[in-house]
Amino acid sequence: MDFNAAELIPVLPEIFILVLASTVLLVDLYLRDDQRGLNHGITLVGLLIGIGLILALGGGERQIVLSGSFVRDPMSDTLNAIILLVAFLAFAYSKDYLRDRNMLVGEYYVLGLFAVLGMMIMVSANTFLVAYLGLELLALSLYPMVAFDRDSKAGAEAAMKYFVLGALGSGMLLYGISMVYGGTGALDFPTVAASVADQGLDNKVLVFGLAFVVIGVAFKFGAVPFHMWVPDTYQGAPTSVVLFLSSAPKIAAFALAIRLMVDGLGGLHADWQGMLIILAVLSMGLGNLVAIAQTNLKRMLAYSTISHVGFIFLGLIAGTAQGYAAAMFYAIVYALMAAGAFGVLLLLSRKGFEAENLDDLKGLNERDSWYAAMMALLMFSMAGVPPTVGFMAKLLVLEAVVRVDLVWLAVVAVAFSIIGAFYYLRVIKLMYFDKPTTLEPITVGAGARVALSVNGLAMLVLGLFPAGLLGICQAAFA
Amino acid sequence: MENVYLTIVLAPLLGSIIAGFFGGSIGRAGARWVTIIGVGISTLLSLYVLKLFIFDDQPVFNQAIYTWMVTDGISFEIGFLVDKLTALMIAVVTFVSLMVHIYTIGYMADDEHNWPKDSLAGRNSYQRFFSYISLFTFSMLMLVMSNNFLQLFFGWEAVGLVSYLLIGFWSTRESAIFANLKAFLVNRVGDFGFILGIAAIGMYFSSMDYAEVFAKAPELADARMPVWGDTTWSVMTVICVLLFIGAMGKSAQVPLHVWLPDSMEGPTPISALIHAATMVTAGIFMVARMSPLYELSEAALTFVMVIGATTAFFMGLVGLVQNDIKRVVAYSTLSQLGYMITALGASAYAAGIFHLMTHAFFKALLFLAAGSVIIAMHHNQDIRHMGGLRRYMPITWITALVGSLALIGFPGFSGFFSKDAIIEAVALSRVSGAGYATLLLTLGVFITALYSFRMYFLVFHGRGRMDEHTRHHLHESPPVVWVPLVLLAIPSVIIGWIAIEPLLFGDWFKDVIYVAPEHAVLAQLGEHYHGQWGFILHGLVAWPFWLAMAGLGLAAYVYWYLHARRPQLEDELRERFAWAYRVLDRKYGFDDFNQTVLAGGSRGLGETLWSAGDRKLIDGWIVNGSARAVGWFAQRARHLQTGYLYHYAIAMILGLVVLLALFVAL
Amino acid sequence: MIALSDFLILGGLLFSIAVAGIFLNRKNVIILLMCIELMLLAVNMNFVAFSHFLQDTAGQIYVFFILTVAAAEAAIGLAILVVLFRSRQTINVQDLDTLKG
Repeated sequence: MDFNAAELIPVLPEIFILVLASTVLLVDLYLRDDQRGLNHGITLVGLLIGIGLILALGGGERQIVLSGSFVRDPMSDTLNAIILLVAFLAFAYSKDYLRDRNMLVGEYYVLGLFAVLGMMIMVSANTFLVAYLGLELLALSLYPMVAFDRDSKAGAEAAMKYFVLGALGSGMLLYGISMVYGGTGALDFPTVAASVADQGLDNKVLVFGLAFVVIGVAFKFGAVPFHMWVPDTYQGAPTSVVLFLSSAPKIAAFALAIRLMVDGLGGLHADWQGMLIILAVLSMGLGNLVAIAQTNLKRMLAYSTISHVGFIFLGLIAGTAQGYAAAMFYAIVYALMAAGAFGVLLLLSRKGFEAENLDDLKGLNERDSWYAAMMALLMFSMAGVPPTVGFMAKLLVLEAVVRVDLVWLAVVAVAFSIIGAFYYLRVIKLMYFDKPTTLEPITVGAGARVALSVNGLAMLVLGLFPAGLLGICQAAFA
Repeated sequence: MENVYLTIVLAPLLGSIIAGFFGGSIGRAGARWVTIIGVGISTLLSLYVLKLFIFDDQPVFNQAIYTWMVTDGISFEIGFLVDKLTALMIAVVTFVSLMVHIYTIGYMADDEHNWPKDSLAGRNSYQRFFSYISLFTFSMLMLVMSNNFLQLFFGWEAVGLVSYLLIGFWSTRESAIFANLKAFLVNRVGDFGFILGIAAIGMYFSSMDYAEVFAKAPELADARMPVWGDTTWSVMTVICVLLFIGAMGKSAQVPLHVWLPDSMEGPTPISALIHAATMVTAGIFMVARMSPLYELSEAALTFVMVIGATTAFFMGLVGLVQNDIKRVVAYSTLSQLGYMITALGASAYAAGIFHLMTHAFFKALLFLAAGSVIIAMHHNQDIRHMGGLRRYMPITWITALVGSLALIGFPGFSGFFSKDAIIEAVALSRVSGAGYATLLLTLGVFITALYSFRMYFLVFHGRGRMDEHTRHHLHESPPVVWVPLVLLAIPSVIIGWIAIEPLLFGDWFKDVIYVAPEHAVLAQLGEHYHGQWGFILHGLVAWPFWLAMAGLGLAAYVYWYLHARRPQLEDELRERFAWAYRVLDRKYGFDDFNQTVLAGGSRGLGETLWSAGDRKLIDGWIVNGSARAVGWFAQRARHLQTGYLYHYAIAMILGLVVLLALFVAL
Repeated sequence: MIALSDFLILGGLLFSIAVAGIFLNRKNVIILLMCIELMLLAVNMNFVAFSHFLQDTAGQIYVFFILTVAAAEAAIGLAILVVLFRSRQTINVQDLDTLKG
């Protein structure tokens, strides 16, 4: 087999991020403690260059390179760019928080960048092996990040739970992959898809394997009943890590679902549709209900994540190009919302003080009306109130399921989202109608201030003009 | 051209955003300039577009700019339809708006005196005002440039919202709050009909696009919709009447007119901009735009005509007994809107639009002149306390005279052409109700002349009845105030002369407004049209002119000649005709009816339902009950999350087992 | 000759033992790490068996990758374990219950 250097061109963004991670690792060795900010700068600039590379190299037809293991198509372009963008936001918000807690060290950035690389590989995988490797690269980077605050008891506990359950989840995924391998005799998605189409639904081994694969994907998303790690990890991990963990990996999980279940096992749609319906209903129900009972904001947002996953599943369940586009739109929007919401929490935290309880948001409007407005926009968007983009996202996935005559599912989803609106609006009530417990001013770096403003306003702008992003999502499945 | 149209719309929006959100940092001058430049750009471009349409045969632009979403085959778009009707409207809207912007500089200069000391709401009120009026201009432009019903509705609601904000601008005054609430509620009634009409269009046409709907309309001309049992209604009539109910709210037609006089609580510039020249004309514009629909329903046309004629006459009468200078002008606005609506009902859409245009200029002029008087009078608005102002304010006097002459339709002035055309067209109409309408409109001319010149003579002539202090300070308003007056006075005089031929009898509205052959009253009128002079000469021997002269003469006799000798005359008249006065003073009891029957009745009904149904059944049981159930369930469900790793693992395994059992074993 | 199904049953059994170990064990976190290793080995067994019977080397290559990942996973697992022990002085699974609800 000849090696053609031109084949590396579509892979350049990934290679670049790898080089970037290694550079940070190396540079960090030669930095004094007061120079750690350089890592931050290199990472942010690098991520921007990465986005530029994707935009420059992307576009055009689907390309499959590296002996069929790696695919570059419109979906991977978009999702990779968004992942880098969200990671950029996550790092940009975190600087002050990390510095105050002596966590502004190279390792944090190295792990973060490797996680980003893992996500990009998941997005671009064209075989089960590559998808698995990307997944593990992501997971193995996230476990230590959760435990990054070495003195935090909650952090260590969260990391341990996340690690064990994560290993269990990926073990199940692997078991499923081995079954699919046995059933089809191949590991690359096109061959598997062809084989599945041949055998149809008669092969029980495939369905058996599919159940495990679905669980692996559901675990990554954090869908009920594979969600148990989500609340504990969110609560225990440092807020900056939660910000990272809750945003971009959801996009990667979406890509994983599309690659595995649509590109690979699309022929089994009838089966996984049924499985996802169960998981979606459970996720929307449990997530929204339990979120109401929370007093810890991070935990509340964790349950809110779970409910949003249910909505992303709705789009997948529809099984149409329109449904996938709607789910992709939802995943991207969700990542932005989560980044913004945790971003606000980061800004409220100070040296020696973690903002993580609902009470910490009391009277935010009196302390800083701009951040209160941004948080209100984010909460409205999460609740799905027009004209914010969250409304559009919900509308699109609901439309997709209604189109395939699953009206009851749409009704259930709407009912749960009404229940869910309660706890988002409670946050707004706390910010605007309650007296603040402290009047300490909020000091924020200019970069984070701008990033958060853009993030918050994007909820409104995307809601008013959704066609651009929606068009990109639809093009990915055209 | 797309960019030009976009700029016309977006320039005021940008100005509004900057002045609104950054008013504090850019200061008064900044806010002033940014909005005036924004609207100025819009005005120049609109005039340019109008010029292209007049001289260069500009093609019609009908295109979606942005697709908001597509669902079930109906696409919701932002798009522009720019044809000759639109070109005319945007030119009028932006020009009047620009005048008002300039005028506002002077009128609002001392706005801080209108607020209680240290009031939070009064902070940056000057900048906020500019932001609002620019936002209003944007909304109105969106409305008239729309090429689909959704955007029309957006503009419709947006002007409603801004008008609410502006009527209640002095939010520390109780009367302003009541007035804006009233405007909002009354408009809700109209908008309810309007959105039902749009929904009906969506249902029967499966499209929001004007062009598609109009193209399909003839097919549905005879369609009927089932209502109840075997009763069916004509689809077209229902749609047209529902849409017109929206127009009745915006254009203040009986019985939804009650908000407009009260809206005078807002600052005078917006009375001129919104409640005379632009927003209230939205209904007229909308009906003219929908002419292909209205032409299909004779019943709807009759409805429109009767409502319009009723408003034109009876609201004019109320104007006779008003003493607040702005209210007199407000009632005259109601009456003139009635004329326009009647013209629409007679299928003389072009005449309605023509009157809309002339009225926009002379009514804005009258309002701004009234504002100028109000400034001079230190915000005393009662005409009984004025008099003889022509000596102190010559420019305001002359321009107000010009406006009044235009309003009563003095031959040669712009109002003459448009109003005469309407009356003649209605007289020719064969739609049922036309006779009633002709009578009321003709008599209305007399009333118009009477109340207009009553105000004019009481304000500018006779003896000054103000107190010494005010008299001492009387002087002409500053140039920022009188320059717009002069600029508006010019079109008030000449625009009728210039525009009558192309608009009414030429082919300006060919392909834009559709008139069914059997309704073509203007074409009939056009057969006897031989130039402006001929029209004027013809007008001199017709009833309306003599009635107007009679009204003018009576006003001069009573309020100038007699008033100087017997100042108590008006009170005597009032006692002599006490019953009539009471009817008019109570405005036929519309407000009382609304207050006691509608508001009181619904409040009573609400109280009953509230105590019996809401508090016990819904709140106690359904709302709080379900909230309690959800809360209870949430507290239980959270205990599923035990914190133990092995329980988490079991949950995963159970999930696996369930999936396997359901999908593999079965 | 050993049939394919025999290998699959063995793999399934190993996998079940591993999973059972994870949720039955309430004492030592290290046992969890061992169970995870066992689970991966069960998967490896499947892959190798399929690879052999399908006459396709891809499965065996996959096994190498899994082994590598397993090594990395074990390293990270132990590292977290050390952090956990340092901060809480216990590696008892039952004691990991501060985060709940």
